[in-house]
Amino acid sequence: MGVGITVENLNAWFGKHHALHDVSMIADANKCTAIIGPSGCGKSTFIRCLNRMHEVIPEARATGSVRVGEVDIYNGTSAVQVRRRVGMVFQRPNPFPSMTVFDNVAAGLKLNGIAPGKKELEELVERALRGAALWDEVKDTMKKKSGASLSGGQQQRLCIARTMAVEPEVVLMDEPCSALDPISTGKIEELIFQLKEKFTIVIVTHNMQQAARVAEFTGFFLMGRLIEFDRTEKVFTKPSDKRTEDYITGRFG
Amino acid sequence: MSNAALGAPLPSGADEPGKALEVAPAIPKKTDISRAWFGDKSFYAIVVACGTSVLVIVGLILYELISRSDLAWKAFGFKFFVGQDWDPVNDHYGALPFVYGTVVSSLLALLLAVPVSMGVAIFITEMCPRRLKTFLSFMTELLAAIPSVIYGLWAIFVLVPLLRENVEPFLIKTLGWTGLFAGQPFGIGMLAAGIILAIMVVPIISSMAREVMTAVPSAQREAVYALGATRWEMIRMGVLRNARAGIVGGVILGLGRALGETMAVTMVIGNRPEISKLTEALFAPAHTMASVIANEFSEATGDLYLSALIEVGLALFVVTVIVNILAQLLVWSVTRGMPARGNG
Repeated sequence: MGVGITVENLNAWFGKHHALHDVSMIADANKCTAIIGPSGCGKSTFIRCLNRMHEVIPEARATGSVRVGEVDIYNGTSAVQVRRRVGMVFQRPNPFPSMTVFDNVAAGLKLNGIAPGKKELEELVERALRGAALWDEVKDTMKKKSGASLSGGQQQRLCIARTMAVEPEVVLMDEPCSALDPISTGKIEELIFQLKEKFTIVIVTHNMQQAARVAEFTGFFLMGRLIEFDRTEKVFTKPSDKRTEDYITGRFG
Repeated sequence: MSNAALGAPLPSGADEPGKALEVAPAIPKKTDISRAWFGDKSFYAIVVACGTSVLVIVGLILYELISRSDLAWKAFGFKFFVGQDWDPVNDHYGALPFVYGTVVSSLLALLLAVPVSMGVAIFITEMCPRRLKTFLSFMTELLAAIPSVIYGLWAIFVLVPLLRENVEPFLIKTLGWTGLFAGQPFGIGMLAAGIILAIMVVPIISSMAREVMTAVPSAQREAVYALGATRWEMIRMGVLRNARAGIVGGVILGLGRALGETMAVTMVIGNRPEISKLTEALFAPAHTMASVIANEFSEATGDLYLSALIEVGLALFVVTVIVNILAQLLVWSVTRGMPARGNG
């Protein structure tokens, strides 16, 4: 089951560059929250703060409070534990090229010491691949073919399967479709609807139609600030901020 | 945009076709063509000659080695390589002790150098602050630039006494029960050669490993981190796994260097053509294929003696080739069916 995320006064820096200013918002459990905004507005930085991936970059740091369920992830817990509960799918598919499709999905399970038995491992991998709508395409070859041999869209679903396999509570998606063709994009969007039953989803997207299609809530970022956060239909039909209106009607961005 | 950029050069360009038309007939057409033809051909010939010269040189070396070792080959045949007796006085030669010395000292060097090199490479690529990074990479590469005779000198005056007085007695006392550390603590011997080779090989392996590890896309690192990996797990799964083919390549390069290294080894290995008992192998003096050639060619007066040395050289040549082929097969076996460095 998913858990909600509560963000309070989140600030993030790259060295001296102040990339996020006092962001506060709530992402509901088992809902999809979309983050939109022009390039460089801090939306990727924002979701990378939600599983402490931001600090992987040298000289990057963040302050404020982010609660995943009841746990404040910046206080009294480790980044490793946080990422175990908050999975992430990246902009460009990044399967492990030196592993088979099967091993790609099993990688996270092995890392976290889940399913030591061979049979359980196979079951969990199958469940993850089915969950990512990839099972039928790879079931015969998954132990022979490398993860990098799949098509772009399949690779991205493989990455989703890899993330799902460790059963996180939240899945972050950083523009998961921007490197994919429309058909693959459609498949991933369908997938997001199913994933919501099990996980809380936060998705960064450049594509406003996509946000409108998949997300219950939408946040609009501009220059490192959260300008507007509301129900998706409200943001797209009756935005309360002029800048949001300008952006969604294509007047800038 | 493009119009504006082209705007400036256009007027002068418009002038030139006219000029060119007037001037063109003045240039003798024939010479021009033959010059171009001649230039092209000769350049082609030079480049082809350079390219093939590599093959020719290797071929000539092999030919010389084979033809000059003929005498020894006729005298001893294949027994030359299994014979343990190297006796110039009685003109009887067997090269097994040298093959043994070369193989064991090189493997010992890899055993010591590979973990250290991996540590160096991992530290430089994954952990050290950016400013220190350049400095450390530079320093490790500087190690490779030190002439081997300097390593040899250092080994004789520093390493060997240290081994003789402290390290080897200590090993005998504490680890003697394993059966690998027996014999006399001479200082000079297989262990000293292995250590000095290891030091010489570390820069090669570590810089190769560092390069391939740096080439692993950060997306791979992040993918592993996002699964809840610790830093070590990330390095193991995200970096080492992706870079392993290149790392194996670096280890092989190091092995190539260790097999052929002559000077420093000659100075510390003790130069005794003997295969010692396994228990004493580490501390006993030995001889390598390279060191016996360096040591004895100047006193090899007899034809058979010289021929025998050249046959050792031939064997070293062949061993090096075989090692490289094996290594290449190994690299292929790990990289086959997958890109060594995939996707961004």
